[in-house]
Amino acid sequence: MRWLDKLRMRVEMLFRRNQAGSQLDDELRFHLDQQIAENLAAGMSAEEARHAALRAFGNPAALRDQARETWGWSGVESVLRDTRIAARTLLRTPGFALIAIGVMALGIGANVALFTLVHSVLLKPFPFPGAERLVRIYEADARGRFKDNIVAGGDFADWQAQSRSFEQMAIKRNADYNLSGTQGQLPEISRAQTTSWKLFLILGVKPALGRLFSANDDRPQAEATVVLTWGLWKRRYGGNPSILGATVLLDAKPYTVIGVLPSWFTYPDSRVQLWTALYHEKSPWLMSVHEGHNFDVVARLRPGVTMVQAAAEVSSIQAQIRRQIPNGPVTDAANLRPILDAEVHGVEQSFYALLAATGCLLLIACLNIANLLVARTAARQKEMAIRTALGGSRGRLIRAQVIESIVLSVAGGGIGLMLAYAALQWLVATRPEIPRLDAIHIDLVTVAFAVGVMLTCGLIAGLIPALSSSDRHILKALQESARSHGGGHSKVRLRRLLLSLEVGLTVVLLVGAGLLVKTYHRLRVVDMGCNTDNVLTMSLNLPRGSYKNEAQLVSFYDTLLDRVRQLPRVRGAGLSTALPGQGHQRDDVFTIGEHSPLPTGQVLGADTVFADPDYFKTMQIPLMQGRTFADNERLDRANAVVVNHALVQAYFHGEDPIGKHIVARVTTPEPHSYEITGVVGNTLEDPATPTSPAFYFPILGGSERSPSLVVRTTQDPLTLALPVQRIISSMDRDLPVAHVLSMDQVARRSISDTSFDATLLAGFGALSLLLAAVGLFGVLSYIVAQRTTEIGIRIALGAQREQVIGLVLSDGLRPALYGLFLGLAASALITRLLQSMLYQTRALDPIVFVLVSLVLLAVASMACLLPAWRASRLDPMQALRTE
Amino acid sequence: MGKPSDLVQGTLDLLILKTLSTEARHGWAIAKRIQQISGEVLQVQQGSLYPALHRLEQQGWIKAKWAESETGRQAKFYSLTAAGRAQLEKETASWERLSGAINLIVQEG
Repeated sequence: MRWLDKLRMRVEMLFRRNQAGSQLDDELRFHLDQQIAENLAAGMSAEEARHAALRAFGNPAALRDQARETWGWSGVESVLRDTRIAARTLLRTPGFALIAIGVMALGIGANVALFTLVHSVLLKPFPFPGAERLVRIYEADARGRFKDNIVAGGDFADWQAQSRSFEQMAIKRNADYNLSGTQGQLPEISRAQTTSWKLFLILGVKPALGRLFSANDDRPQAEATVVLTWGLWKRRYGGNPSILGATVLLDAKPYTVIGVLPSWFTYPDSRVQLWTALYHEKSPWLMSVHEGHNFDVVARLRPGVTMVQAAAEVSSIQAQIRRQIPNGPVTDAANLRPILDAEVHGVEQSFYALLAATGCLLLIACLNIANLLVARTAARQKEMAIRTALGGSRGRLIRAQVIESIVLSVAGGGIGLMLAYAALQWLVATRPEIPRLDAIHIDLVTVAFAVGVMLTCGLIAGLIPALSSSDRHILKALQESARSHGGGHSKVRLRRLLLSLEVGLTVVLLVGAGLLVKTYHRLRVVDMGCNTDNVLTMSLNLPRGSYKNEAQLVSFYDTLLDRVRQLPRVRGAGLSTALPGQGHQRDDVFTIGEHSPLPTGQVLGADTVFADPDYFKTMQIPLMQGRTFADNERLDRANAVVVNHALVQAYFHGEDPIGKHIVARVTTPEPHSYEITGVVGNTLEDPATPTSPAFYFPILGGSERSPSLVVRTTQDPLTLALPVQRIISSMDRDLPVAHVLSMDQVARRSISDTSFDATLLAGFGALSLLLAAVGLFGVLSYIVAQRTTEIGIRIALGAQREQVIGLVLSDGLRPALYGLFLGLAASALITRLLQSMLYQTRALDPIVFVLVSLVLLAVASMACLLPAWRASRLDPMQALRTE
Repeated sequence: MGKPSDLVQGTLDLLILKTLSTEARHGWAIAKRIQQISGEVLQVQQGSLYPALHRLEQQGWIKAKWAESETGRQAKFYSLTAAGRAQLEKETASWERLSGAINLIVQEG
């Protein structure tokens, strides 16, 4: 039982230290008094007795310490004591402490936020059982021109039938539905996924309520069923379980609710509201063709099968398909990605770039604090020397300093964690398109990371100055304190080195930020090929249930356009299935009727848009040749096609395209011939992508039910949103509209990633510039203070004010210059990694490099100017008297 | 160093345990007792006594209790625990072995 007693003693000693301390004092005093009493009895006088006793007793303080050391925990105790002293020292200089804590808070906060992002989005596995064996399968090109193409229904069917590498395979795609109730509830457009029934099995998800799809639901003849996500169930149906078995309307058709997904299931993202069964939704024809690429494929690898083996197998199946169908857009290989990689590889690079930037920022913050601490060390040299002389060991003094900086970084880190939390909340609210947004949490790993960062920062910032203060020259330090210049030179050198590093890192950050800002600017001024000012857009989705045929659709479009055009302040209105800047919507392959057949395996392709005759005028897309659609080219007579300039350049090689025919299967299973009536200017699907061939088919043919309405106005377009919505609602009160945006917003949304990255990086750059400037200012002020006497003598001996300014300036600007060169060289190496994030901007963009250099020099000069000016104003008499 | 009162390394624990084996004593009494029994040869310095007492207490070999001393003041009395008794036996045995061995060598010469 001894270990139990020992443990009890230990715990007692930990918690009852103060009491034990006073008892020890009593015990020792008792001993002393006994000794005195004995001395008295031996005939000494009272005073003699006391002195003799004290002499025999030795140093009571040391004795007490020795006894205390046997209690254990003395290490903890002395660290606590150092911490208390450090806190007290810092409180005595609240200005310094506040600045240092603030700097650390920003640095650590930014890092924790970015780390959380990277950890939760990029690294944390999906919460599916056996997630490491989940893969996405893409169609690819054997020659490597592309490798992440979406999959055709027929290809999937063959893979599923022939491959042996997978336990199971599922196919899905995104969809939008008009969701409404049978009792005239408010309609809404719901983001949805439609999937083959096996997906939930593959992902290992169990329903929170009811059941999920079975093979029986996943057939064209089956009754229509829908599975709700937890979010939709809570939001729209108040979490009422009676929704099971109820009927909801999707695109005006009745669906039976069969189940609710658990709250943790937010795949592929948290915006998905509901799920439908794919083979029920899509035609058997679409699910069997090899030319129509529409779908995502998710599969679970068989245990023991590697990605490479599985990819080889699917590729060989796909190559076989290609051999059977040598014509048309059929691919000849496949590519596998782990599911996590597949979902997040779009944001990976920018996250890592930002994390690197925050890392730089934190390093700068650390260097800056190290720098400030070096200055403090210099000022406290006498204190240190006295402590050394009194027997403070070097290790003890270093520990005291490191603890001081750890106190700073822990305080800063605590605030930083709160900042990170706020930043993440903001991010989640403002960037809904980030994948796996719902996985972003500050968890134990993040907190552990934060604590690690705090301690590392504390160590770095504390060790640099601590190790620089040598105890070998105590005497010198003690003497030096009588004079205010001289010995601190090694400190000044160290501070200059730290400054150069700081400036170097700042330059790297600024260059990175500069490149992204330039990219963003380039993207903003890209000519989208149309006039984006004063255009209102909104998207519609006319459900099959209420608009059963082409004539009903076209009559709705006609009425809508007519009534919108009659609104005041409207200069034009049109319809289109793909707006400039909206991203890629659809493309089709075609042949040109007048051209000789293409060699086997070659196809012509173009982006497919459906538009009404007035769309081009409304958007001010220039008509370069011929005419747009005539008013009677509608329904059965919709045989005209308008092509863009890029298509003419790519496929007509100087021929006149007007009157030629495009043969394609855009609305029909069989090829149909369309006459080219006009050529219009190019527009961009996305500011960052180059122009590509496109053709416009008449939307009044009646094949499309999800167009965007565009309205050109004479003033702020969003003020017309309500009147237009009222018209739509008066025509069909169950018809929701979505994405009510100005054309400017549409165009800007596609570059919001770049804008976000550029803004953040520019923010980090500015912050680090400020830190570097503060550092520079501090060092130079310190140097000037140290050289007061010298400068005084110089002035007394006749040095001109300008000479003094020059002297000090050159002193301060030299580390800045070294840092600048260091930073430029490092940037030249590093920015190459950013290349794929840049647009029309070279990684070694000379303008950015020059501009950054100029800004840095300007800021550095400004930071140096005040100390220099102060030095030149020195009164020589005063300066000499300060001795 | 080299003074006769210096204790052989590690024997202080033995002396303290032995002193306490008859009755509970406070620090002062322990020091006095060692001094008297050894005929003033062994002088226990306070600098070693109190750390040693606290160490033994931490080890669980002795326990302390506050009680009234002969002069009527509160003093901290140490007494042996069962574990301390066992330890005393162990240390006594090992001391006897050691001193016996040393004696053999010294008398041989």
